[in-house]
Amino acid sequence: MGLEHALGDSFLTTQIDVAINWCRKNSLWPMPMGISCCAIEMMAFAGPRFDASRFGSEVFRFSPRQSDVMIVAGTTTYKMAKVVRKIYDQMPDPKWVIAMGACTSSGGMYRTYSVVQGIDQFLPVDLYVAGCPPRPDNLLNALILLQQKVQRGESRGNSPSYIGEAKFPPEADTPKGWRTSAPLAQNQPQPLPIIAG
Amino acid sequence: MRLWRRTSLNRCRLLQVSVNQKVIEQLKSRFGESNIEANEFRDELTVVVPKEIIVDVCRFLKDDSTLKFDLLADLCGIDMYTPAKRFGVIYNLYSLTSHHRIRLKTFVEEENPKLPTVSTVWATANWHERETYDMFGIIFEGHPDLRRMYLPDEFEHHPLRKDFPLMGIPGSLPLPKK
Ligand code: SF4
Repeated sequence: MGLEHALGDSFLTTQIDVAINWCRKNSLWPMPMGISCCAIEMMAFAGPRFDASRFGSEVFRFSPRQSDVMIVAGTTTYKMAKVVRKIYDQMPDPKWVIAMGACTSSGGMYRTYSVVQGIDQFLPVDLYVAGCPPRPDNLLNALILLQQKVQRGESRGNSPSYIGEAKFPPEADTPKGWRTSAPLAQNQPQPLPIIAG
Repeated sequence: MRLWRRTSLNRCRLLQVSVNQKVIEQLKSRFGESNIEANEFRDELTVVVPKEIIVDVCRFLKDDSTLKFDLLADLCGIDMYTPAKRFGVIYNLYSLTSHHRIRLKTFVEEENPKLPTVSTVWATANWHERETYDMFGIIFEGHPDLRRMYLPDEFEHHPLRKDFPLMGIPGSLPLPKK
């Protein structure tokens, strides 16, 4: 049976960190921070069709004290930001955050006074998922990438990974501070050159 | 079938127009010609009244046995962005007995955006007026509980005013520390 059968009389060495991370990554319990429409796709992610339990994440906990990864799914307003931060603070370490959807990652189509333009202004985010809303399989992809991060022992927004849009952060090897206004300003339409003649 | 539909539509239209006329006549005879400014557009009646008599007009429209506008379908604000008559309040009324709709309007000045509450007439006006206060800063005097509806209590601005910038005023809504 199992390991004894495979190893016989020999033995296996590892590091305790690696073993613990391996255990952690296969049972990431999500905290469903469903704030608006993205939450519907998050429910589909946990439902029978997409079945997050294949990756050990079916146990949605409505108590932050029992969860490992917070999936922030929805438009985060300034009023809600305090609540999201409070729930994040109540989660035990180590903890991870997935920013699901355009609104959560950047404010999305709500470029307005009441919506926080990206939850990384008040939370360390581990993964951004593009889409409005992202498909549940995109969120599953995020979960798998997060498992790789957990295995590497990274957390609390040390090195955010990006999925969905491969080229979105212009310099992928400098993840910190990319969400300033500079790259956005470059994307603005340039005035047409005036052709003399 | 088509003929029948057209006749019934025409009948509806006639009914609508006659009820509109009835409302205008009753309001004018009760509150005076000069106080009632009525205009009809595509059979929809809009009545502009001064803010001083707004509660009396509302109570009359609700309690009068022939009119009976017993449902306040909506109450909202408007910013005209002119110094005189800067803010308006619009009351959309519906009668559950005659299935008729009218629209009431009243205006307040920029310096003194105050008018009496109608939450004593229709209880549902309570939350509508709170929302209008939150978004436009129009103060409803005599309102039982004039607090903000959506924005945090410590917020100092009124975001649907035309002079409020789209992206807000930096620092007016604090975020938790990272
Ligand atoms: S990203 Fe789209 S689907 Fe998700 S919360 Fe925003 S508007 Fe809704």
